[in-house]
Amino acid sequence: MSSERSARPQGNLDHAEKVSLGAGVFRRCDGCGDTQLSESFAYGVCPRCGHHERLSAEQWMQLLLDPGSFEPEGEALAPTDPLRFSDGRPYPERVASARRSSGATEAIRVGAATLAGRPIMFGAFVFRFMGGSMGSVVGERLTRLFERAASARRPAVVLSASGGARMQEGIFSLMQMARTVAALGRLREVSMPFVSVLLDPTTGGVAASYALLGDVNLAEPRALIGFAGPRVIEQTIGQKLPEGFQRSEFLLEHGMIDQIAERREMRATIARVLALLLDD
Amino acid sequence: MATLEFERPLVELERRIAELKTAIRASGRGGAEFDVEVARLEEKARRLQEDIFGSLGSWQKVQLSRHPDRPFTLDYVQRLCDDFVELHGDRAYSDDRAIVGGIARFRGRSVVLIGHQKGRGVKDNMARNFGMPHPEGYRKALRLMEMAARFRRPLLTFIDTPGAYPGLGAEERGQAEAIGQCLLSMSRLRVPVIATVIGEGGSGGALALGVANRVVMLEFSTYSVISPEGCASILWKDRARGPEAAEALKVTADHLLRFGVVDELVPEPPGGAHRDPDEAARRVGDAIARHLDALAPLDGPRLAEDRYRKYRAIGEFVGE
Ligand SMILES: [Zn+2]
Repeated sequence: MSSERSARPQGNLDHAEKVSLGAGVFRRCDGCGDTQLSESFAYGVCPRCGHHERLSAEQWMQLLLDPGSFEPEGEALAPTDPLRFSDGRPYPERVASARRSSGATEAIRVGAATLAGRPIMFGAFVFRFMGGSMGSVVGERLTRLFERAASARRPAVVLSASGGARMQEGIFSLMQMARTVAALGRLREVSMPFVSVLLDPTTGGVAASYALLGDVNLAEPRALIGFAGPRVIEQTIGQKLPEGFQRSEFLLEHGMIDQIAERREMRATIARVLALLLDD
Repeated sequence: MATLEFERPLVELERRIAELKTAIRASGRGGAEFDVEVARLEEKARRLQEDIFGSLGSWQKVQLSRHPDRPFTLDYVQRLCDDFVELHGDRAYSDDRAIVGGIARFRGRSVVLIGHQKGRGVKDNMARNFGMPHPEGYRKALRLMEMAARFRRPLLTFIDTPGAYPGLGAEERGQAEAIGQCLLSMSRLRVPVIATVIGEGGSGGALALGVANRVVMLEFSTYSVISPEGCASILWKDRARGPEAAEALKVTADHLLRFGVVDELVPEPPGGAHRDPDEAARRVGDAIARHLDALAPLDGPRLAEDRYRKYRAIGEFVGE
């Protein structure tokens, strides 16, 4: 890595601080229910209770990436309906309505970018698109992300927020777990780091594939992270789950993640990790 | 022997034939007219079996894949291998009996075996947690995968689980991470890997043993992203609508073969694997041996590349 890059102030958040992450003058917190001035919700974090509101993929890009550096990859990819799946409403209709309501083409955006001046491959889930579920398109985009990171020798940074596999694509969605992890294996072969950022929630087939295999696993405070969803576990064991179960703090305590990173520190944390792993 | 609803007419008829034979023997008479009657009933039973099993719906196959008398991993290992040495434990926490593994000789080759293991009867099922592994099961599997690579032994896996266990301890000890590590390890192995779906292929907990160069599937096995009941409960808030979900999810071997997820469908003996475990094992063994032979010319890096390409190609989308 060039000395020019490592000389940059890695914790610089000036551009991110200017990002306005909410509209309207007042805003009600989903965590504590308090209504406050919108501008006090810096980064979508409640000034009173610290509740982290979910950010969109674009907001995360603004927060983490160098302005204008994101070059999307695979945006034209669209799901088909291999199972001709219908639960009363055909799957293609569900996809079309998810597109309309989320404004995204699928449940993840990936591409090349720079973070604090460093070229990376970047991905961020769109939770609003069918719960961030992983079907063939999400699998393909992630696979390309890891493959290109390996071939261009760039680190990979992925922000996951997903309920898991996309049921409507059946076995094809299950196989995306194998596919994305195999592609991550290629990145490991060239000794390029994968920083996995776990957002609320990361469960099911996304958690049980590449998402907990980061060289460094970071999580937002209080994010729900786990294999099974809390309701499934409660049904299985026939009792209520303890407070804080499967939250980031619980995972940190049980050795599954490296750090809980506050949202305003996320960019600096990722930049530091990459610099320490890659720069001379 | 447990009997499924749709097996009942057949089992009834077979019982009658057996009773008739016993009665004939007891009477000490015998003779041509009895032989003709027995032959007629046996022919009727054969046709009934063909009728029932020739047109099974998805849900009936789901039921067969979960049949309590269906041969499990150790039933196959016992029939297919000499000199099986079971290896226990993850070297960190415990020995999860929902996954078994070890080293053995299979038709002249030394191999490493790993499979989900269901229990027979209440006590055994408790010990094996109904074939639903905890993280330590997957970490035992991981250890054996690495052993296969280290000693250059082909890896044979057997898939038969309702899914990885969704419980408190499983989450505390990293169920998701353990499954992810298995996927990563399997995808990089430089030895031949053959996975056989012998019963239930329940979601990520099944796939954790399933990243293989060739995936073989028994005719009445299933493989699915979610259990039909789980799917029905999410879609319609009604677990009882599992049969509909099974149809919609296309969980049966014929669909999976058509999708290219499975490389070979192994036909089961008449009436299903549980009615003739020896024959089922023979057929599974033949398929595995054939695929091992086909992979024999590939060296380690090519085997890993072959596997990578197989999964790289599984996805259905349009654009670019
Ligand atoms: Zn609040």
